[in-house]
Order: sequence, then C-alpha cells, then structure tokens
Amino acid sequence: MVDPQPSGAVGRAVPRVDGVAKVTGAARYLDDLELPGAWHGVTVRSTVAHGVLEAIDLDPAFDWTDVVVVTSADIAAHGGKNVVFLIEEDQPALAPLGGRVMHVDEAVALVAAPTRARALAARRAVRPRIAARTPVLSTDDALRGEVKLYGDDNVFKRFTIRKGHADDAAFERVMASAARVIDATYTTGAQEQMYIETQAMAAWWDGGRCHLVGSMQCPYYVHKAMKALLGCGPDEVIVTQSVTGGGFGGKEEYPSMIAAHAALLARKAGRPVKIVYDRGEDIAATTKRHPAIVRHRLGLDEGGGIVAIDADVVMDGGAYLTLSPVVLSRGVLHAAGPYRCATTRVVGRVVATNHPPHGAFRGFGAPQTTFPYERQIDKAARALGVDPLAFRSRHALRAGDTTATGQELTVSVGTDEVLGAIERVAGAPPARDGRAASGAPVRRGRGVCFYNHGAGFTGSGEQRLAGRAEVALTAAGAIEVRSSSTDIGQGSITMFAQIAADALGVAVADVRVVDPSTDRVPDSGPTVASRTCMVVGGLVERAARAVRARVEAWGAARGTPGTFAALAAACAAAEGEVAERVQYEPPPGIVWDDATYTGSAYPAYGWAACLVDVAIDLDTCEITIERCVQAIDVGKAINPTIVKGQIEGGTLQALGWAVLEHVVYKDGRVANATMTNCIVPTFADAPELETILVEVPFPYGPHGAKGVGEIPMDGPAAAVANAIRDALGVDFDHVPILPEHLAARRDEWTRAIAAAGGAS
Amino acid sequence: MNVTIEVNGERRTVDVDPWRRLLDVLREDLRLTGTKEGCGEGECGACTVLLDGAPVNSCLVAAGQCDGRAVVTVEGLARRDGGEVLLHEVQRALVERGGAQCGICTPGIAVCAAYVIDAEPAVAAAGSGAGGDGDARAKVRELLSGNICRCTGYQLIVDAVVEAARARQGGGSR
Repeated sequence: MVDPQPSGAVGRAVPRVDGVAKVTGAARYLDDLELPGAWHGVTVRSTVAHGVLEAIDLDPAFDWTDVVVVTSADIAAHGGKNVVFLIEEDQPALAPLGGRVMHVDEAVALVAAPTRARALAARRAVRPRIAARTPVLSTDDALRGEVKLYGDDNVFKRFTIRKGHADDAAFERVMASAARVIDATYTTGAQEQMYIETQAMAAWWDGGRCHLVGSMQCPYYVHKAMKALLGCGPDEVIVTQSVTGGGFGGKEEYPSMIAAHAALLARKAGRPVKIVYDRGEDIAATTKRHPAIVRHRLGLDEGGGIVAIDADVVMDGGAYLTLSPVVLSRGVLHAAGPYRCATTRVVGRVVATNHPPHGAFRGFGAPQTTFPYERQIDKAARALGVDPLAFRSRHALRAGDTTATGQELTVSVGTDEVLGAIERVAGAPPARDGRAASGAPVRRGRGVCFYNHGAGFTGSGEQRLAGRAEVALTAAGAIEVRSSSTDIGQGSITMFAQIAADALGVAVADVRVVDPSTDRVPDSGPTVASRTCMVVGGLVERAARAVRARVEAWGAARGTPGTFAALAAACAAAEGEVAERVQYEPPPGIVWDDATYTGSAYPAYGWAACLVDVAIDLDTCEITIERCVQAIDVGKAINPTIVKGQIEGGTLQALGWAVLEHVVYKDGRVANATMTNCIVPTFADAPELETILVEVPFPYGPHGAKGVGEIPMDGPAAAVANAIRDALGVDFDHVPILPEHLAARRDEWTRAIAAAGGAS
Repeated sequence: MNVTIEVNGERRTVDVDPWRRLLDVLREDLRLTGTKEGCGEGECGACTVLLDGAPVNSCLVAAGQCDGRAVVTVEGLARRDGGEVLLHEVQRALVERGGAQCGICTPGIAVCAAYVIDAEPAVAAAGSGAGGDGDARAKVRELLSGNICRCTGYQLIVDAVVEAARARQGGGSR
C-alpha cells in the first residue's frame, strides 16, 4: 500500500535508506556474498616497467590439477579481442604473448583454484619471461620522445583554449604589456583513492551468458568493455553492482579490468570465480590521480587588474590512455580559474609513461589546476599588498561574465554568496606565534581560496551520453526507480527516493531504488562527474512526474479522480505496470564546439570558498590544520546531511593530498603499497570541519540542485599552501607539502620569519 | 585444533589451524560477514571486534589466541527483543547523524565506538553534561584513530559517537 501522505522529503535530512543495513553489518559487499562452488582468482603481474613478454612458463614441479591458468591466448581462442575498451583500444586485458609489457604490475596471466591459498601457491609457479626495455618514468622523458610508447610523440591528447587572441604571438604581446607577471611552476603528486573496500568482482557463465557482480561505479562501462573483450552481444553479458565500499573515481574504469579477468577465469574454470584484491595489490596496480606539472603566468597591470592568464598543463597519463583525455579536458577547462580575464591561453598535454595508468579520482584533473591558479592569485594579492579575499572578489566571475571558453554565465553563480559566507565566519586570524604542547615554538598562518567546478560531463558530453532513467509503478503496486547510477556511499539511492517521493506525492519509504543491473535498468550514464543528482536526479523527477500524470489521468478518465497515492493500487491492479522512461535534454543555450574548445563547457558550476588556518611546529616541521571552513554553492541540498557528509569527505581527501598523502614511485613501481606507508588522514589527523551549504538554485537541476561530489576536493590544497606561506613567508608550490620539505628549507623561512619580525 | 569462542554470547567451537586469523574464522567459518577486511595489516580498523571487551584488529589475532575467550562483532551490538531489533545507541546515532556513507568501515567503527562510550570516562561524561563537548570530541578522535574512514571526513561520525554517549548516559537525544 502506498502511503497517502505527501512527504515533502526534498531538503530534509532523511536518514539514508541503507543506513541500518550498514551499521548492523547486514549489507553484503562482494566478498560477503555466498557463491557456491566459486574458485578464487589471482593475477600474475609484471615485475618490469617496460619490456616484451616472450613466454609464460609453468613450473613443471608444481601440481597443476585443480588449477586454471589464463593467458592472452585464451581471449582470441573464443573470438574476443584482448582489450579493455573505454575510449581507445590500447589497453589489453592481459599483456599479449610476444607483445609489450607497459608497466610494473600489469596483468600477464590469471590463475584460479578452489582456495585462495592454492591460487596464490599456483601464482608463484607461473613464471613470465619478460625481456626488459628502457622505461619512460617522467613526463620530461616522455616528451623528449627517445623511447616511443604512444604514437610519434608520446602525447595521448592535447588541448588549447584561446580567448581574446588569435595566436601565440598575439597572446605574448598582451602578456608583455603587463606591469607585473607572476610566473611559477606547480607540481602535484599522484593520489590513491584508498576506498576501504578493495576492488572485487565475481563472474559466472550460464548458457553462454556471462554474469558479473562486483564493486563498481559504472555498470555500463563494464558492460561495454565486456562486449568487446568477449566478442558478444549486449544480452550476453549482465553486469550488476554489489554494495560498494567507496569509489572516489577509483571504481570508474578499473572494474572493467578485474571484470575481464573474472570473466575469463570463470569461462575456463567452468564455475564461478571471484577476485578480491588485497590492499597491496590494489594500491600498486590500480589507477590513481594523475600527477601534474603546471606552469602558470598571471599578468597584472599597475592597478592590480588581470591582463592575461597563461597555463601550460602536463599530466602523466601512465602506460595506457584509459580516461586521460577526459581528465586533461577537465583540468584545462578549470585552469584559468573563476576569474574575469579578456586574454587567456591554456595548453594541456597528457603523456604516456611506464607508470601504471593514472585515472579518475574525485575532481578529475581540476584539483591539479586549481592548486596553481589559487596559489597565483594569492601571490598576486600579496605582491599588491591587498586583502586576499577582496582581491578574489574584485576579479571573480559573476552572472553576465564569460569564462575562458567564452561561456556566458547566466544563472546560479554563487560567487558573492560563498565569499560572503567565508568573510562572515572568518573572525580574527589565530595568534601568529605560540607553543605546542611539547613546548616547541609554533608559527601560524591563514589561507583562503575561491574556486568553481563544472557539474556534469564536459562540453556536449551529456547530449552524447543521452542518459536515461525510469520510474515504474509495478503491477504489484510497488514504486521503483530504475537507473544505472550506483550508490557508492554518496547517498544517491536515498536522494533518488526523496526526489521520486516528492514528485509522486508519497513517502520515501514507499520508493525502492532497484540495484543497478544492466538487465534491469537503462543506461543513465556513469556515476561520475558530479552528475548523479543534477542530471540523473532530474531524470528521476521527470519520470516520476510522468508516472503520476498517467495514473492520475487514468483515474480521471474512469470518473474517479484522485491523487497518485490514492489511485496507485487500483491502477496497478487494473493496468499492470505503469513505467515511464525519460532521456536527458540539455538546458537551452548549451552549445559547445569541440574543435575550438569554446562554448558552454558545463551546464552549471558549483562555487566555493575555503579558509584554512595552519600551525607549524618549528622544531619538527609538522603541519597541523587547525581550522578548515568550506562554503559551497550546491544549488539545492536535496538532503543536507548527506551533502554535508559528501563535502566533508572530499575536504579531508583534499587536506590529505595537501599535507600527507604521498604515493612514491620508484623505477615505475609504487614503493609504498601498504596502508602503513601510503597513509591517509585518520580521526586524529582531521580538524573539526566547518561546512556552510550555500544554495543558489540552478533552474535546470532537480529542485535547483547542481553537482557536489567533486568540488570540495579542488580547493583546500591551495588554501593550505597559502596558509603555510602566510605562516613562514616562503612559497611551497607543490603537493603534498611534507615536514621534510619544510625542514629542507629551514634557513629560508627562518630568515623570512625574522624579517617579518617574528618571535622565533 | 579445536577453538571454542563465545561469539556474541553464543559458544562456538571450530576446528581450525591455530594460526588462522580470527577475521577468517568469523567471516568464513562462522559466516559472520559484518566484520570487514580493509588492509590485513592492522591499519584500517575495518575488522575491529571486541575480544574480552577490548577492541582488537581481528586480522592480527590468531584463532589459537581466542580459545575460551569472548568476541563481540558488529552482529552482536544490536539486541533482539522478540522479533524486534533494537539498535545499539552507537548504531542508531550513526544512522540518524549520517555517520555511515559507503559503510565498509562502519562495522569496525560501530564496534570500537561502542567500547569507547562505555569505557572512556571523558566520552561518557559528554552524556552527563560534565566536561565540554570539545573534550569528548577530542577523546573520540583519539580513541577511534585506529579506524579509517575515507568517505565522511569523520565529522558526522564524531557527532554520532558523542550523541550516542549522551543517549547511553540517559541524557536523551538532542
């Protein structure tokens, strides 16, 4: 029975619908599922960064009964293609026999056995023979091009954005007219997503159909990749998401790889196979945030006006193309920052190296370019001797202004609201000098930043995706939301239930969001790009309204008019299922030109400002974040608690990236592939986070909502570096900023503090 | 070896290698899959259970060490009253305050937090009104620092645990 009370759920902090299952341990993640007869799969990986796979030897002394070994030869034998298809077909599922190995920990063979211990023993008896070649382990070496990994120049993709000038010479003439140019190069490091549930997938075959269940963000990405790998039709592979223990981008593209492995093993073993990575393997072999080098020039006139902005972005894509072009795209589209400037140039390249492929991670290229521009703006304000927030406010984009791609901003620009929010709560900066509990001298500083983040796919991406979602009143009288958007902890199923409940005029508890499975839900597009609420939430709302209209029209036609809630049971009994499937339609005025990289880069932007206070122990050089405030314009918080949790989680990932998360590559291998050494913030590392939700509605989002998933990741690292500059008088233009970096420049900041009249 | 463990109040005997991880005994032999493995090296705390009342990483405890001892897992936190499940204060607060997101760290955090609000005076005092919230929050952060959550930034979990301490002390919900 449908509850007749309209719930008014949107805007309320409804507890998440999967909350009780998660706190009681009842929620079943992949490794918790009963899979009778399932074998355990493990992966044989390369130990060299670049080479040729000459052969794979099996130790004849090992007992190979009850063990299955898969190599690239097994793929072609079944008419499939050895590729994990996403954008280009350059990444194999297994390094091809006789072909190239492109990175350490690349999969070269697979093993399955009845127990994990037996599979691991068998793995030790598989001996790949790889003839090593010279690896490319830096973007500089890649661009020198002496060793060719991709095409003629090792460049996976390049983009150029020009505003207000015809060519480089014209641009340089404008830059040369500047009274002052702030010119610096910024480097940002790889970052591990460190979802607490490692990558996990199970596969089985039945009657020629392949079933895959696993931890993932994008069932239809896996579906697309499996069709190519297995050489089968869309109905011959069924992909289902299991309860997923975090993603943050790390389960955007990689699940297609582990799915490929599970499918191949299960086919050969003739039984279910599950693969669950251990932590070391997950850190070493799966995708991370792209490291980046950005040279940024900011030209200013005498009065502090911005004359020209120039950004040159180089990202390390790793061994295969994967999602790198799209990451670079988002990076360059954010590189000029949310500031008014008539003459802007952004150039970006993402290059091939022999590192494991870098990939999606919350922010998706934007954090790497936000850090530079927000350091630059801070340096400019400091050079001009003006208040850093006031300087940002003076130049910030507002409605009516145009972005670097020439997009005129019309609605939902929360600049003044987020800057004003930070100004109101900032208060006096903390005492400059003090003592730590240990008695050590402490120096404090404050930093701010201002930034925006495009919601949804870049350019015409949403039109190309043409995402669909369905709402149904089933024949049994239940209400179902059917979409391929996955709940990976961000609360999407609760948010969808709230939106659908309000659109139908029923209670949240009456709405069931079905588990995403490619045989039950339409392709809503991937769960990425801050698009789930704004784009798919909007589809859910439209579909729900359409169902309501049909049911109410049915009632009216029978002479029994009423609300959806009152009519639902009778309508379902009489008519069977009433389902409405809707497809994305772009807001009016969204035009994008891929050839010139001009136009509306995103349908909407989130806007944010951040304030950070740091304290630095001058003996140990430890950096403590004492305060972090984020004011973020989300359009509309469908569920304020869930949105707050999203923002705080992203904020802490950003603070971790700024001062403690450090992926160390050595000879192409992750040298610190354990949670002991590849650290992320703990309860004790995290400051009390202050979150201010700002709502400047986006008229084309559900109830005014825009994206929120990624934006909190973009800004805080710059605010931290700006605060460290404020404290020590020295610029740190890299991420992470670790105690050893401070210690190495002790003389420099000791002099700077003394010159500033510091107590130390 | 036969190992007898009182698990969530029930005596269970398993015939296992004494070196088998308690985590595997719980998850595989007893099919109590609420306890999660996040790292296998005692860093993330997803596998936290109470051993004779104190929190341990079950990935670092051998089955042989547990013979004759009592283990509480996340499945043992809630009480059952007839057909009704009565969530532990910590579980209820985590749901109400938004302290669980992806949920994979949540069982370990719930178990550890249940210990903290019972055993730790500074946190328990948050319920009686003695001591400021700030003290309780700092103590919660210190005592839960062996449990890593990558989703929440911890803020809403700390809110939930302090709230649960208050509820435990009869201070009622805000």
